[in-house]
Amino acid sequence: MNIFSKNTPEIPIASLCKPDGAVWSIKEKLWLGLSRQQYQDQFLRNPVNWLLIAIFAIGVPLILQRYFAGLGSITHASDDYPWGLFLGFGLFGMVPLSASGFLLGTTVEIFGRKDFVPIERLALLNGLLGYFFAVVYLEVDLGMPWRLYYPMFVSLGPAAVLFLVAWHVATYLSVQVAEVSTAYFEWIGWLKGKRFIKSIAVGLTISGIILSTLHQGALGALFTYAPTKIHPLWISTNFQWVHFFCSAIFAGLSMVIVSSTLCKNFLTWRCDRRFLDSVDELTLGLGKGCAYALITYLVIKVVGIAHDNDWAHLLTGWGQYFLLEMTLAVALPMVLFAYGVKHRRVDMVRWAALISVLGIVWNRLNTSMICFNWQLYREIPHWKEVWVTVTIFALYFIVYRFILYRLPILYQWQGDK
Amino acid sequence: MNKRFNRRGFIQGGLAASAAATVSLAGKTQAATFEGYPNSMGVLVDLSRCVGCRSCEAACNKEQHLPAPEKPFNDFSVFDEMLHGQKRRTDETRYTVVNRYEIPGREHPLYRKIQCNHCQEPACLTSCFVNAYTKTPEGAVIYNPDVCVGCRTCMVACPFYIPTFRYSSAFHPRIMKCVFCYDTRLTKGRPPACVESCPQEALTFGRRNDLLDMGRQRIRENPGAYEDHIYGEHEAGGTAWMYLSPAPFAQVGFDTSVPKEPILNYVKDFLSIVPMVLTIWPALFAGFHLLAKRKETRGQQTKNEGEV
Repeated sequence: MNIFSKNTPEIPIASLCKPDGAVWSIKEKLWLGLSRQQYQDQFLRNPVNWLLIAIFAIGVPLILQRYFAGLGSITHASDDYPWGLFLGFGLFGMVPLSASGFLLGTTVEIFGRKDFVPIERLALLNGLLGYFFAVVYLEVDLGMPWRLYYPMFVSLGPAAVLFLVAWHVATYLSVQVAEVSTAYFEWIGWLKGKRFIKSIAVGLTISGIILSTLHQGALGALFTYAPTKIHPLWISTNFQWVHFFCSAIFAGLSMVIVSSTLCKNFLTWRCDRRFLDSVDELTLGLGKGCAYALITYLVIKVVGIAHDNDWAHLLTGWGQYFLLEMTLAVALPMVLFAYGVKHRRVDMVRWAALISVLGIVWNRLNTSMICFNWQLYREIPHWKEVWVTVTIFALYFIVYRFILYRLPILYQWQGDK
Repeated sequence: MNKRFNRRGFIQGGLAASAAATVSLAGKTQAATFEGYPNSMGVLVDLSRCVGCRSCEAACNKEQHLPAPEKPFNDFSVFDEMLHGQKRRTDETRYTVVNRYEIPGREHPLYRKIQCNHCQEPACLTSCFVNAYTKTPEGAVIYNPDVCVGCRTCMVACPFYIPTFRYSSAFHPRIMKCVFCYDTRLTKGRPPACVESCPQEALTFGRRNDLLDMGRQRIRENPGAYEDHIYGEHEAGGTAWMYLSPAPFAQVGFDTSVPKEPILNYVKDFLSIVPMVLTIWPALFAGFHLLAKRKETRGQQTKNEGEV
């Protein structure tokens, strides 16, 4: 947003009152204190928005098509591959990337690492939105989206793994809304609400850890229902939940690094000095966590292979594909993280984070689609399915940016807190 | 009658009572391994008798009011149909399908009918988070479209690739699968439509236990005519529909990698950690929190001490 040039260091609307002492109205806060014309100008000046418009121009009609003509009209409607990109990417990919909320919550609130406070809210927001949009993807994919609440209130199947996923994602979403609401309460100036949330922060964080452990694991455990369909190298029925949980740790941390890098470079006007001055150091700290999680993950993957005695599979074509994934998506970022942290190469840590974010999405797609039905055939998603997936992601991006523009996520609220 | 309580008698009685209680408890927990309803029904399919006439497909289509197929049921060119290198399978318009298999070294091809196998401990049922599936005492696995959310986990979980989804409908999608003609026939003690229509007696309807006996008898009395295995006796924990084959099962399109135990067994590892995480994590992380806090306050204390 070029209207806030780098030459004007002060942040727009960072307190309840204007410089002259009058109170900002909600409308002014929403428009970032700009006139309608100014807002429109900055919107059209940004090439990213033109790309988004192009995505939506085709994506929105496709989504309508899905709701009025059925899932079969935009996907290949495969009975062999019941889960396509909406879940493969939207649910299984987005959820590990959203582990950031509980990870940074734990670091700050439980382990008492107050030095991570400048990036904590970004991690919480990243978590909240990731989960929320995983549910949005689910609503696109479910056959009867209007029955989303059925497993909660109408017909309960508590012995099913998906039942746990549903309940945990729902309750964890509420926990995350509460955690992020402190920023919202500051913004609207309702300090009582904020103080209440602060008083239960430890409880919220601990419930966040429990719920995250269980449903990150449950997403892995969902695949243990198909022990014969997924290639043995991608499924280890005893350890699948640990594999998914452990990989969510570096996925979530890496996503915060990627997100904070984007904010630092493209949203500089919204960041305050505290964020900008500490983000490099914090990136190194997060990178260290990633390196530890990655080496752990690599080892437990090997343990999985050894436990199931899958060594012979490594010599097949599938095995080479598996080794390729392990090299590019696990070993490479692990080395980059470790080297980058040791030699304080922040850029290297940031590249490693990007690689591991892509790597984890790759792993989830492998498990849910590419190596699923490994003895049958590969299902190539319909282009409309790909486009709708991209459209929902674009919506995620817009909401993410909308909130970062306004709420005190990257900057500290001035005045009463 | 001189009724006396002494200490020894009391202890003996107590021990006996608790032993009895333990035994009866143990008796109850045996139910953890469900072996199916005792008098449930099933069907034995003898591949050596099937001639691929597709009468069963036609009967099923009529009984279940499924849409008319593109090609009539007496058109045998469907046996050559391939999609993605696969032979025909169930879909939203057909609950059962017969496929032809050319077996090397055999003069005539073999035909295999596929439909829901009606597992004893069905994966679709155990994976369903809205209890849309029911295993009835008669042996059928039935589905309730009124609570189904359309998540399609049952399709992922079924090791036999049976449940299908009505993708074509935006407002009335549902799972489509064979229900053993439960409402119309099974509850009235009648065999399903496909069995009744079979002119070759390739399909035999009866109590599952009796069918197992019959299968073993056929194998025993016709040495060399059958593979010495009843597919479905143990596959996926046992199924109501079972198969006898004169050729190795893998050559007739059966997935021989299906485990000999219920699919649910693979999920139990995770299910068992859930209560542990729920109870241990709060204490563990509250403990971490207290440790971190203590360090903080201790740090301040020593600082103060140093200043004094």
